[in-house]
Amino acid sequence: MKTVIQMLVVLTAIGLISGGLLFQISSWADPMIAVNKQKATEEAIYIVQPEGKSYEKVSADGFEGYKVFGGNKDLIGYAFVYEGNGFQGKIRIMIGIQPDLSKISFIEILEQSETPGLGTKVTEEPFKNKFKGLNSKANIGWVKEGASPKDNEIIAITGATISSKAVVAIIDSGLKKLRTLKEGGKL
Amino acid sequence: MKKQVSLTKEFVKGIWEINPTFKQLLGFCPTLAVTVSAMNGIAMALATTFVLIFSSLIISLIRKLIPGQVRIATYIVIIATFVTIVDLVMKAKFPELSKSLGPFIPLIVVNCVILGRAEAFASKNNPLRSFLDALGNGLGILLVLTVLGGIREILGSRMIFGAPILPDSFEPWIIMILPAGAFLTLGLLLGFSNTLTERKKRLERESLLNKYRPAKAVTEVKEGGAA
Repeated sequence: MKTVIQMLVVLTAIGLISGGLLFQISSWADPMIAVNKQKATEEAIYIVQPEGKSYEKVSADGFEGYKVFGGNKDLIGYAFVYEGNGFQGKIRIMIGIQPDLSKISFIEILEQSETPGLGTKVTEEPFKNKFKGLNSKANIGWVKEGASPKDNEIIAITGATISSKAVVAIIDSGLKKLRTLKEGGKL
Repeated sequence: MKKQVSLTKEFVKGIWEINPTFKQLLGFCPTLAVTVSAMNGIAMALATTFVLIFSSLIISLIRKLIPGQVRIATYIVIIATFVTIVDLVMKAKFPELSKSLGPFIPLIVVNCVILGRAEAFASKNNPLRSFLDALGNGLGILLVLTVLGGIREILGSRMIFGAPILPDSFEPWIIMILPAGAFLTLGLLLGFSNTLTERKKRLERESLLNKYRPAKAVTEVKEGGAA
């Protein structure tokens, strides 16, 4: 009986002390973590909409995006985050697009766990630049190296076809979602 | 009565003699996973050392209060508390580093080096000794992770601490930053450390033999060697 009580007392005491300590630390760290996250998002927004000067959060049907405004408060486009499966794990992409959704402005890969040296090439400038000005009125697609792409297609990276395809698929489903919302007048 | 080990020895032993990675063969998971660069290795080792030191210290302080039946649960709660602190502080102050180490910071909770030192050392020794033991073991981890990360970074991405070191003409060995490179490098390092240990043991044995051998016997051996 004595041991049981001792067990209860010791574990409860340690639990309480740990909880209290963690509460203190987290109430100190949480605001800073939020600021870091905010900063990372902000940076990504201005990467995909280089002319953007300010932005405003919009959300509809569980979808979150940003309206990006230029120097004279005019809407220059949208930026939104979309994610999906890559070769080895999730890929999260920030996508910038024109106000009428006709052209992609730029993209930025926020998170990925692709094969180093191969799949990670999707995070590099040469690949991301392929999306600049891509026609996004309808679906976007991809072709293998050597083929000639249409204005809504990109050339996949040799040796990283799956990762390239995944990026295209994620952006495409994101655009689909955006289009439905836009047509429904929810943006 | 147990022979009292000197405090210096308590500290130094963790760095080489009972190095957690090389000699105890513990905590391989983070060792293999995060060492794609020297900086990652150092950050991981420092985070582990912080947790190791504080949990050893606390466990040693309350070692007489903890009932034997729930000791592991108690250790885990204490370790998890410090790991969460490290995780939060890193996220707040070093977001980049925290992102590149990813889930391996929270996973320090189950790093067997920490539980191993708690069970094998801190639960039986006073706080000062536990602190020195944890510090020594932490430095041991730091040594291995830095070397491993350094080798993989140099060969795998031509850089050390993010600064280019090898000429552009050197084609980076991509395998070194893939999991296979971690296994290869760690295997070679373990072999190297075993060779060193064995050599040291052999030398010690020989000097011991020579010391206690009568003068005549020494000459006999020499003659035998010559023949």
